[in-house]
Amino acid sequence: MAIELKISEVKMSAEQSGKWGMVIDQDICTGCQACVAACAMENNISFVGEVDSGYGRSMHWIRIERFWEGEYPEVKMTANQPMLCQQCGHATCEPVCPAFATVHSQAEQLNLQVYNRCVGTRYCANNCPYQVRAFNWRDYKRPEPLSNQLNPDVTVRRVGVMEKCTFCIQRIHKAQDVAKSEGREVVDGEFTTACAQACPANAITFGRVDDPESLVSQLMKQSHGVKHLEELGTLPNVTYFKGG
Amino acid sequence: MSDNKHHAGHSHEEHLREKHLMLDPLPRGQMNDMVMESMLEKPTWKFWVVVGFLSFIVVYFLFFKWGVLIAKGQGEAGVMRPDYWGIFLVNTVFWIGISHAGTFISAILRVFRAEFRRPFTRAAELMTTFGLVQAGFSIFMHMGRVWLAYWLMPYPNQRMLWPNLHSPLTWDLLAITTYLLSSTMYLFLPLIPDVAMARDRSTGWRKTFYKTLALGFRGTEGEWTHLRNAMNIFAFAIIPVMFSVHTIVSWDFAAATRPGWSSTIFGPYFIVGALHSGMGAAVAVLAVIRGTMKHMKYFIRGEHFDAIGKLMLIISMAWAYFFFNDYMVQWYGGDKWTQQLLHFHEAGPMGWMWFAMLVCNIVIPWAILWNPKWRATPWLVATVGIIINFGMWFERYIIIPISVTINRMPFTWRLYKPGIEVPMGIGTLALFILLYMIASKLIPLIPVWEVQEGQMAHELKKFGRETVVSVSELE
Repeated sequence: MAIELKISEVKMSAEQSGKWGMVIDQDICTGCQACVAACAMENNISFVGEVDSGYGRSMHWIRIERFWEGEYPEVKMTANQPMLCQQCGHATCEPVCPAFATVHSQAEQLNLQVYNRCVGTRYCANNCPYQVRAFNWRDYKRPEPLSNQLNPDVTVRRVGVMEKCTFCIQRIHKAQDVAKSEGREVVDGEFTTACAQACPANAITFGRVDDPESLVSQLMKQSHGVKHLEELGTLPNVTYFKGG
Repeated sequence: MSDNKHHAGHSHEEHLREKHLMLDPLPRGQMNDMVMESMLEKPTWKFWVVVGFLSFIVVYFLFFKWGVLIAKGQGEAGVMRPDYWGIFLVNTVFWIGISHAGTFISAILRVFRAEFRRPFTRAAELMTTFGLVQAGFSIFMHMGRVWLAYWLMPYPNQRMLWPNLHSPLTWDLLAITTYLLSSTMYLFLPLIPDVAMARDRSTGWRKTFYKTLALGFRGTEGEWTHLRNAMNIFAFAIIPVMFSVHTIVSWDFAAATRPGWSSTIFGPYFIVGALHSGMGAAVAVLAVIRGTMKHMKYFIRGEHFDAIGKLMLIISMAWAYFFFNDYMVQWYGGDKWTQQLLHFHEAGPMGWMWFAMLVCNIVIPWAILWNPKWRATPWLVATVGIIINFGMWFERYIIIPISVTINRMPFTWRLYKPGIEVPMGIGTLALFILLYMIASKLIPLIPVWEVQEGQMAHELKKFGRETVVSVSELE
């Protein structure tokens, strides 16, 4: 009798099991890119421009991947796949940084990128199996009126540093501060990330994965949820629904 | 010679003298003067034209372009997602590879008492040091914020931030620094008797220069004993350093989670590759020295090219084994991304490079170096050496920018187009040649004392049908 071992059943330490997580329903994603725009606005992401963007230097913390199945003319488009940092519990980007610029946060259980510690070896991006890290190849100018809408809660990055999705850590902190001042815990659904907030189809759900009562935990229990490249042992914290 | 039976014995001896440097001794003073002359010979206008041209390339392509790169960011280079690493790292691995020949020739052949090494150990050691300088430049060019490079060093700071010892890049930095320091010391130790010789034969600023370098070496028995001991210790100690350096360089790739990179054979594969390109470069440098500098035809002869040619042939075979082993094992692993990548290597848009690599690294060396006559022809072996270096550069290009094109996220696949890396890479090559040209005028390129030692103490040993000049019982 073969022993079936699912990675989700392997006992993990609290550090690896994650705290914040996301569920993305590819079946209802329309590929409208509202999340991409909202993320760029929220997180002060540079405006790369046409030329560099066309050469694989587009700067997004979340991107909509589109794929086709079959050979022409029998081409079928598959579900859109929003791809962002999976906030791995056992991240491959972290150990390879020689300067400790990408580290695991003890408090939030997220992969942090310390911009002012980054020296730009780009090893983390190379070693990320999801290819979701974005490098500041140049100091890009923000055309008017984009230069007037910077979010004061988020650092503006400059040339030569790596950046990536933070699960809107500034929003997490704000919600925690408000809850603390009111002497309570953060309530599920009290706040969400910019991408989830902007999604018109409600395809993105964000919340605590270590709280079994939260919406995201409830959704994750559905049988058709998958985690990408789980076989690498990265322990990602984003679950995808497809063909449900 | 059979066609001249009358003088058979005599001409055989002549032939041996002509063939083997060890059997063709010259008086000590004469040999010293020859080396001094080769160094002090007034440079021709051609020398200055080449120096001027190389200086221009170094200033404009290396330093000015580097300034542009720093001012404008890595966007000036061809790197992007998914090719976060490009030609800068190709060049880093390439130059570290070149630097391996110096240690190999000088330390391993010294330890194994291969006598043919004697006249060109210094030329090879200089390649190590100058090659490592280019590797250092290349890796710093690659960094997004190079002005913060000192953060990779374990220096005391108030925030108690140290380099991450989990990162292969930190291992790399430590290994390359160790190698640079130890190979420079290893270059310096055997140089001491030669600069002392030069000190006694020069005047003016050169006298001061050699006096400083010679550390007061007078050639007493005690000094020689100390020097021999130190060189012996270094020769043995630097061999593991050399092996570890390129193994650790390979771990930058092998320790990563990428198809095509996470291969357990990368360590030895990279070392053999390094020796392959290093020997090729060494033989090219020797041919240039022999062709351009005075008296060098006495010191560097066909027998030396023949010996290095044999080594090149063996290393080429070893490289072929490791290449196909790496390829086979990865293919046999059956991972779908790796299979995509292996097909992309030979059938993708850069497939021509994959085939060119095999032709340069295997077909051409095997086709030419098997023949003893061809092997003893300096220009031919040097040409093969240069071709091998093209092949080995292709190999690194295939391992880095071509292999990272294919990853587990097909949405991001994209082919790398080099930008500012190309002129800057040419700049490192120019700096390498320039440093070498300057060194050839400043320090004795031939370790005279080693040649003299070999000529005094040689004996002939029979290995099978081959008679080999050897110095087995020197100490």
